[in-house]
Amino acid sequence: MPFIQNTDSDRAEMLAAIGVQKVEDLFEQIPAELRLKGSLPIDAGLSENELRAEVAELASWNSSMEKGCFLGAGMYRHFIPTVVDSLQSRHEFVTAYTPYQPEGSQGTLTVFFEFQTMVAELMGMEIANASMYDGCSAATEAVIMACNLVRKRKKVVVSRGVHPHTRRTLETYLRWSELEVVEAPLGSDGTTNLEGLLDDQTCSVLVQNPNTLGVIEDLDGIAAKTKEAGGISICSCYPTSLGILKSPGEAGFDIAVGDGQCLGTAPAFGGPSFGLFACAQKHVRKMPGRIVGETVDSQGRRGFALTFQAREQHIRREKASSNICTNNALIALRGAIYMAAAGPDGLAEVANHSLAKAQYASKALSSLANFELIFGESSHFNEFVLRCPIPAAEVNRAIDSSGMIGGLDLSSWYPELGDNALLLAFTELTTREQIDRLVSTLSNIATAIPVA
Amino acid sequence: MNKDKLLFEKSTRGSRTLRLGKLDVPPADLSALPAGSLRQKAPMLPEIGELDLVRHYVLLSKKNISITDSFYPLGSCTMKYNPLTNEAIVQNPGLADLHPAEDDGRVQGALRIMKTLADGLAAITGLPGVTLHPAAGAQGELTALLVAHAHFHASGQSQRTKVLIPDSAHGTNPASAVIAGLEAVEIKSGEDGLVDLEDLSSKLGEDTAVLMITNPSTLGLFETNIAKISEMVHAAGGLVYMDGANLNAIMGIARPADFGVDMMHINLHKTFSTPHGGGGPGAGPICVTEALESYLPSPRVVEEENGLRLDYDSPRSIGMLRGWAGNFGVLARAYSYMRRLGAEGIRRVAENAVLNANYLRTQLSDAYHVPYDRMCMHEFVCNNRKQREHGIHALDVAKRLIDLGYHPMTIYFPLVVSEAMMIEPTETESKATLDAFIADMLLIADEAKNNPEKLHAAPVTTPVGRLDEARAVKQPVLRYASSS
Repeated sequence: MPFIQNTDSDRAEMLAAIGVQKVEDLFEQIPAELRLKGSLPIDAGLSENELRAEVAELASWNSSMEKGCFLGAGMYRHFIPTVVDSLQSRHEFVTAYTPYQPEGSQGTLTVFFEFQTMVAELMGMEIANASMYDGCSAATEAVIMACNLVRKRKKVVVSRGVHPHTRRTLETYLRWSELEVVEAPLGSDGTTNLEGLLDDQTCSVLVQNPNTLGVIEDLDGIAAKTKEAGGISICSCYPTSLGILKSPGEAGFDIAVGDGQCLGTAPAFGGPSFGLFACAQKHVRKMPGRIVGETVDSQGRRGFALTFQAREQHIRREKASSNICTNNALIALRGAIYMAAAGPDGLAEVANHSLAKAQYASKALSSLANFELIFGESSHFNEFVLRCPIPAAEVNRAIDSSGMIGGLDLSSWYPELGDNALLLAFTELTTREQIDRLVSTLSNIATAIPVA
Repeated sequence: MNKDKLLFEKSTRGSRTLRLGKLDVPPADLSALPAGSLRQKAPMLPEIGELDLVRHYVLLSKKNISITDSFYPLGSCTMKYNPLTNEAIVQNPGLADLHPAEDDGRVQGALRIMKTLADGLAAITGLPGVTLHPAAGAQGELTALLVAHAHFHASGQSQRTKVLIPDSAHGTNPASAVIAGLEAVEIKSGEDGLVDLEDLSSKLGEDTAVLMITNPSTLGLFETNIAKISEMVHAAGGLVYMDGANLNAIMGIARPADFGVDMMHINLHKTFSTPHGGGGPGAGPICVTEALESYLPSPRVVEEENGLRLDYDSPRSIGMLRGWAGNFGVLARAYSYMRRLGAEGIRRVAENAVLNANYLRTQLSDAYHVPYDRMCMHEFVCNNRKQREHGIHALDVAKRLIDLGYHPMTIYFPLVVSEAMMIEPTETESKATLDAFIADMLLIADEAKNNPEKLHAAPVTTPVGRLDEARAVKQPVLRYASSS
């Protein structure tokens, strides 16, 4: 049997030592009528070579992003340095458990301590935790934390520019709570409009930067208005953009969250990723998730340990700050290695290249007849919405014919933009040739349609 | 010494590992961005060259104890071997470089992997409705409780708000109940370590929503009354939720649906061999009865005439709990494991897990007190009763094990046994490894009597000794700050 090392004679010796005749006797505590008769309706096992052939076949049914892809919307294909895969795959990291025994886990604990420092720096905040599941759950936990900080207020204002999956996650988590979610609309320039929404009942305001339509928000204004109303401001951001864009901390936000996939992890059909979570140190006792702190051993040597565990479910049970237990440590390790490999200059370089590709594309696309950048050429970072003369789904089919994967048809997420809105994303891995091919494909569409 | 320095202490201005090539388009025009949108102060990330970066993480990795180094009998965590094949297959660009928003037609291979895994989990549990969406076990529990809440709400039984939870349960159970808008009520364990039926009966009623039961329990015991318990809960109009953390002991042997279980979660990072990664990522699929299936979260993989599709808009669904379909990378590893085992292998897992646990229990029960000393499932709990007269606590035994080259067992859990030491060997360990562990545990029992100081001083072989954890709370240092 795969992965089982006991031999038949081992089993016989062990059964004798236990004092039973056969393996079935070990299960005597399960009443006979509850035991499975016959075998499970699951196919027979495969050898390793058979499995690898099967998976290779299944993988070949999928379209990899390698050939050129303009999908983003929260998941981006960025360059991953070899050090990330190679170091993360060290078995000592991969096959260790949560570091509850600190003396035997200084590797993982040191990684988390450094990770917390890097995330806090990136976000411009004082402290960060050791990761959440992903960006959606981080944003949701932030809203719940904010309501614990401002107890009597029950209104949560969420920008329509926040990723639809984040909004849906929030809705699910808050379904049975007393909190009321109010959506802040997007103005004609694509930025969040908070007008008339903030008052003395506002507990928190959640925005995303850049927002799902790629538009850079007025972070200073949002943080200031929320503060004035006495609420907690939460910014969900795209970590790569923080190489050049203003950090939530610089803008005055109370809590910063984000999704870490862009920091060294492949999209992998949506996960696993990890969530970033940062705030001011005075709020540490309300923060969800694991936190590592520095301390010393009896000889005064520096060491790291999980700390503030009194907030957590295994101690606090129903009074815990969150139910999170297992988080996404190994992917957070990838993020840590990535951030260390990049440094401030590398991160700025990746951000600059991504912006440069998007600007090159937006310039070319906006000059095509019948195509328009809905929110203008100067509002975006690496992603923007293009209004096409025909439905986005048809445009994507044309891009498909050019051998690439198109962008996101926004008709189901943002029906108010109609059927012709296409969200296109660019990173440092998008080549000029791919962009030129995209422009030429779209220009063929443009010429096929009479000028309006 | 350089080796204990943090990245920030090794940083040199101007060094770095990641450098992109020449830009093939005109440089970015930052002045085109909205006023006030640029970063003013660069983040203080480490600046470090490739060799020093590699050394840093390799050195850190050596400060961990992992399954790959040593036996890791951490009870309740199922620290089994994580097959290397699983790690290899997910590197395929057809699985890794896959965008979650691609059209269903372009991702049929990924959807087939998910569907086959879901079907396998349905077969193992006997519960036909499966979602692979939850990110971890705790989120799976929450998902199930939200499903239950939605179900009672839809059927006009909104008064059902109580979630009954045995005192031996994982802390995530009551924490999840609260988020689901329900109220946790504790049920006592009887003297036999099983659910106290009288206490359960007294707490069942019109307001009962769900009983959350861990079976086998966290004491490593099968709830022999499970069918009766389910019957009682159902008679009161409630649902039975099984915490599947310990599924490893029974898969292929018995199906939870046959015990009357309505919903359960499965920790793929326990039972299905996906790595723990120092604390995740996991995946916590849940399986439910047909009656509850329509409430499961979105999206779900559905099979239609022209292939598989991700359904994001099922009308009764409780919604999403995270981004996209699920932790696909974890699901693909679990798929790989399930395909290697097949039906026969799955049953062998449970058999050998239970065999290994009972072997350890019988060989250690003279030296260590085993409060529930009878046939166990995949794990058992002992404590320090025979060592405490020498001033030895569970913690001391655990720390001494570290010096002997092991990761310790789980200690101080479950809470119903004082000074608990919970041992789970898993099926992937050989008899030779177990024999060596038994010898070392007997050595520790002997040392506890004759040389207790040795246990109190442990560990001495690790990079640091016992840490001052109180100081970490009183004088919190949660990030590096340069002293300059």
